[in-house]
Amino acid sequence: MEKRKYKEIVDKHTPKENRLYNSLIAFVTGGLMGVLGQGLVDLYSYWFHISTKDASVFMIVTLIFFGCLFTCFGWFDKIVNFAKCGFIVPITGFAHSMMSAALEYRKEGLVTGIGANMLKIAGSVIIFGVVSAYFFGLIRLLIMG
Amino acid sequence: MTTKYNNVYINATGTVTGPYEANGPFSKFYDKSYNDFYFGMPTWEQAESKLIMDSVDVVLSKMGKTRFDIDLYISGDLLNQTVASNYAASNLKIPFMGIYNACATSVEGLTIAANFIDAKQIDDAIVSVSSHNNGAEKQFRYPVEYGGPKRKTTTFTTTGGASAYLSREKSPIKVDSTTIGIVTDLGIKDVYHMGAVMAPAAASTIYNHLVDTGRTIDYYDLVLTGDLGIYGKSILKEYMKTEYNIELNKYDDAASMIFNIDDEPVYAGGSGPACLPLIAYSYIFDMMKNKKYKRVLLVATGALMSQTMVNQKLTIPSIAHAISLEVVE
Repeated sequence: MEKRKYKEIVDKHTPKENRLYNSLIAFVTGGLMGVLGQGLVDLYSYWFHISTKDASVFMIVTLIFFGCLFTCFGWFDKIVNFAKCGFIVPITGFAHSMMSAALEYRKEGLVTGIGANMLKIAGSVIIFGVVSAYFFGLIRLLIMG
Repeated sequence: MTTKYNNVYINATGTVTGPYEANGPFSKFYDKSYNDFYFGMPTWEQAESKLIMDSVDVVLSKMGKTRFDIDLYISGDLLNQTVASNYAASNLKIPFMGIYNACATSVEGLTIAANFIDAKQIDDAIVSVSSHNNGAEKQFRYPVEYGGPKRKTTTFTTTGGASAYLSREKSPIKVDSTTIGIVTDLGIKDVYHMGAVMAPAAASTIYNHLVDTGRTIDYYDLVLTGDLGIYGKSILKEYMKTEYNIELNKYDDAASMIFNIDDEPVYAGGSGPACLPLIAYSYIFDMMKNKKYKRVLLVATGALMSQTMVNQKLTIPSIAHAISLEVVE
């Protein structure tokens, strides 16, 4: 059988992903995450009498801490699996990916296990984040001087 | 290529499973189940090795034999360099052959053992396979605790070890023949749709088996494929019909049977080398001994994938081997 014809059979029996539903879930959970983040920023700047900029750093550290902690408890993966990009795109997803990889390789040594594998998923995000930051910085410098 | 055997029997089997299989519909047919993923071992890889050793222990105690009585030990698994099998064999100290055909390993092992035994080069052999969900996830996919969303066609690797003891000593389950499959590739690249990758291999092996033996598909009371999953199962049915004009009626798929698909996060069903033998050595053999099935064709399907080749954008080759089993009085 030709590959093209076989693909038709495969497509016929492959279920469609519920994209609209998934996007809606991600939209709502991501929105809630945003509300939580803003709430923390307001709270920290009120409590500690610090600027919004400083409070944002506190907020990010808080989210990373709880993202990692809940991953270690073993049930954050189920929440992320439900919330999808709503929890993966924010900093919680980044923390979750690093923590889960670190947990996975913890028995293979500090350097050869955790160190070498912790950035397995998050590594690409860092590399391309840095590269694009460089280029956008360059563009900004050229346009705005 | 099909080989017929005069005098090879499967005398005993041992099945050991993890927690998800133990919650599945065939839990009471397994010899032993664990309710965690470590079984008292420090890592998943060592735990998988323990699954194999446990299943061999079950077989040996059922046969009333010690490991020194066994002529040949054949084993394979999914881990790189088949380490679960290697470490099990290192403890067993039986002459050992390590084999790999991904999830088709079980029937590959049975084929090799049956040939040695029928040729009277050895008297008996134990054939094992294993897979471990977390070990396989770690090696082939994402970290276990990472919760990225999965596609509906994703399969869930079974956690289990299965062993079979073969010899010329008569027992109800006779190895009638085996068919060694050819590697098929119909251009599927999707690692999350293994059913679609492997269905053509299963179809070609079933067809070649029928041509070589001169039988029709109705000869068998059950054709059981390994791990196509619920979507791969319907792909195989349609492909078999259009390509070979064979209607698969008395047909099932071990991956679609092993879990409670509706209640567990297993998506399209099971996978892994242990999936087919866990169902076959327990439930199916039980049904055969009770004469519910007299002739069964087991078709183990394997996707010969490697993450390296997938990253290089190559399509995934697949293979299937078949073994025909008969009940004798």
